[in-house]
Amino acid sequence: MPGTVQSIERAAAILRLLAGGSGHLALGDIARSLDLAKGTTHGILRTLQLVGFVEQDRVSGHYQLGPALPHLGSGHLDVNELRSRSINWADPLAARTGESVRIGALRDGQALVVHHVFRPDDTFQTLDVGTMLPLHATAIGKVLLAYRAAGPEPAQQLDRFTRRTIRTARDLAAELQHVRDNGWSLEAEEMTPGLASVAAPIRGYGGLVVGAIGINGLVERICDSHYRPHQHLVAYVRDAARAISRELGAARR
Amino acid sequence: MTERYVVAIDQGTTSTRCIVFDRRGRLVSLAQQEHKQYYPRPGWVEHDAAEIWRNVERLAPEALRNAGITEEQVAAVGIANQRETTLLWDRDTGTPIGHAIVWQDTRTDDLVELLKEADGAAEVEHDSALPMATYFSGPRMKWLLDHHPEVRERAERGEILFGTMESWLIWKLTGGLHVTDVTNASRTMLLDVHSLDWSPSALAFFGVPRAMLPEVRPSIGVFGTAVAAFPGVRIGAALGDQQAALFGQTCFFPGEAKCTYGTGSFLLLNTGDELVRSTHGLLSTVAYQIAGGPAAYALEGSIAITGSLVQWFRDQLELIATAPEIETLARTVADNGGCYIVPAFSGLYAPYWRSEARGVIVGLTSYITKGHLARAVLEATAWQTREVVDAMNADSGLDLTTLRVDGGMTADNLLMQFIADVLDVPVVRPLAAETVSLGAAYAAGLAVGYWPDLEGLRQNWHRAAQWLPTMDPEIRAAEYGNWRRAVERTFDWTRPS
Repeated sequence: MPGTVQSIERAAAILRLLAGGSGHLALGDIARSLDLAKGTTHGILRTLQLVGFVEQDRVSGHYQLGPALPHLGSGHLDVNELRSRSINWADPLAARTGESVRIGALRDGQALVVHHVFRPDDTFQTLDVGTMLPLHATAIGKVLLAYRAAGPEPAQQLDRFTRRTIRTARDLAAELQHVRDNGWSLEAEEMTPGLASVAAPIRGYGGLVVGAIGINGLVERICDSHYRPHQHLVAYVRDAARAISRELGAARR
Repeated sequence: MTERYVVAIDQGTTSTRCIVFDRRGRLVSLAQQEHKQYYPRPGWVEHDAAEIWRNVERLAPEALRNAGITEEQVAAVGIANQRETTLLWDRDTGTPIGHAIVWQDTRTDDLVELLKEADGAAEVEHDSALPMATYFSGPRMKWLLDHHPEVRERAERGEILFGTMESWLIWKLTGGLHVTDVTNASRTMLLDVHSLDWSPSALAFFGVPRAMLPEVRPSIGVFGTAVAAFPGVRIGAALGDQQAALFGQTCFFPGEAKCTYGTGSFLLLNTGDELVRSTHGLLSTVAYQIAGGPAAYALEGSIAITGSLVQWFRDQLELIATAPEIETLARTVADNGGCYIVPAFSGLYAPYWRSEARGVIVGLTSYITKGHLARAVLEATAWQTREVVDAMNADSGLDLTTLRVDGGMTADNLLMQFIADVLDVPVVRPLAAETVSLGAAYAAGLAVGYWPDLEGLRQNWHRAAQWLPTMDPEIRAAEYGNWRRAVERTFDWTRPS
């Protein structure tokens, strides 16, 4: 058995202590109870605070369990926060690729569109923010599915939109493996005939995938004649995803 | 041929930025540096102009390096700057005389009250098209010269120079050219907005020697060639920051307007070559002037508290952890539940101008949740916009047909939709978020022929998002009525001491 990580054990002990006690504990109490140095305890508490598991009362300075803990399952970044932090990177992506940009987050087994930048050609377009997209038939959805740490895909209804839509769990599993291998996803005429999309993961602290950013456009502009996406477009999408990830990670340090 | 670029210097209140743009108006690189804020006494706000110049000298090569280009590839430099900030410096040594007095500084409060009653005040207000207020540079210059008689003597001999931030930067960039542009000059109260030159009666009124003033130039036209920071590059434009944002949003025609949503918000409406005098509490200002052409004017409505109300909700009430979460909280309810917040934290600005008013939350019942309060916070920004737009429509006789928006709050979809709903016009966000610096770049590029004409610039403007009004007219009217009744409840709160 590989060795255990001591700081994680200690973090777990702190969480149990906070969950079991009166709810509010001072740094000194926690350190004494666990027989740890104050400095060590403080370091762990600060990290737990950063990830939202612990919060500190502004007045008393005491620690308690944080607001993120009861929602661990949905473990996501606030979607409006995600949009606000992404907006300066989504705009240049639309400008560089000439295509529309969407950012999606996982919600109730679908991809919720949290941000949308129009294709910069000044044609009439309507904002998609708030719409739900199927996971298996969109590039954003495939990314969200691929990095969801839920083990084998449960047998779910794979709605068919076009003759190119992925229909079997087996095909989907292979596709998701492909996404994880490449670090980006493609959808070509799998949702709407004539359209294609490319997406890449947005990561928060610790590498957690909190969303996906992608471009959407006519299949002949996104792909070559063999349904392979143009590499410069893939590179732009991945650059934008990385820039947003840096922004999200950097702000938490 | 090597690709050429345009650089904008955005000299703002908290930081200075150098941004490189390409021919399609796309941001290529950005370098930014904050500067120190000095608060020597309550109400006083100062900047160290020498520090700001050092920042420009450092940022210029950094921006070019980030873009991977050299000075030879820069077609022109444009300046957008914080407005009304007042600086004196020594003509011979180039050293600032004390710190610059920032536009937020209210040390001239008492002086302005006296000046309002003084002989000639009405004429000065008429010629400058501005109301007597601490906001503008003229009272600040009088304060400086009154408090430092030795400075006045030297200023009369032309040994001490006055400038707003663009003057200072151009002076340093060119190694001694003392000029200003009409938009910045139009915020001093010293400019005759029709002749576009210094008004002799205003100079006499404020006791400002002509010898210390810069030459007034059009905003768009080559000012000179830089010898420092961007050696060899022509300076093509200078504009006040809000005017630059109007230009960056390509609002070139009468009736076109933009609103920049930040801590406070600034709505500017292009009124063309006609100066419109507001009878509804708005400011008249020069929008821009292209060398050889007439000036374009604008009406300006300033809203003191918009984004800062969200910050208050976050920091003082602690109901949200980050500003964007206000939208999440507001979306937990379908409407405001009958609750309205009027953020008259330090009185009301346009169109009311009531300094004795204070903020209220009205319509509280046991039904109200923090979600309703979050709605009311966002709606306050929209209704304040509506009041300024109504004033503009009444003053200008032009009916606003679209509002172009920029600034941090445009990330809030609920707010943008609500603004479209209460204005009953489409609200449009452009693809380029950095409209202030883009405006300076556009203006500079236009001056040197990098872009051929205004039409060429408009082709660079692209819609990134649009919100269309969907609100039922009856609900809109009823809600507006409620808002106005809420506003009335802020009046006469503080009592004269």
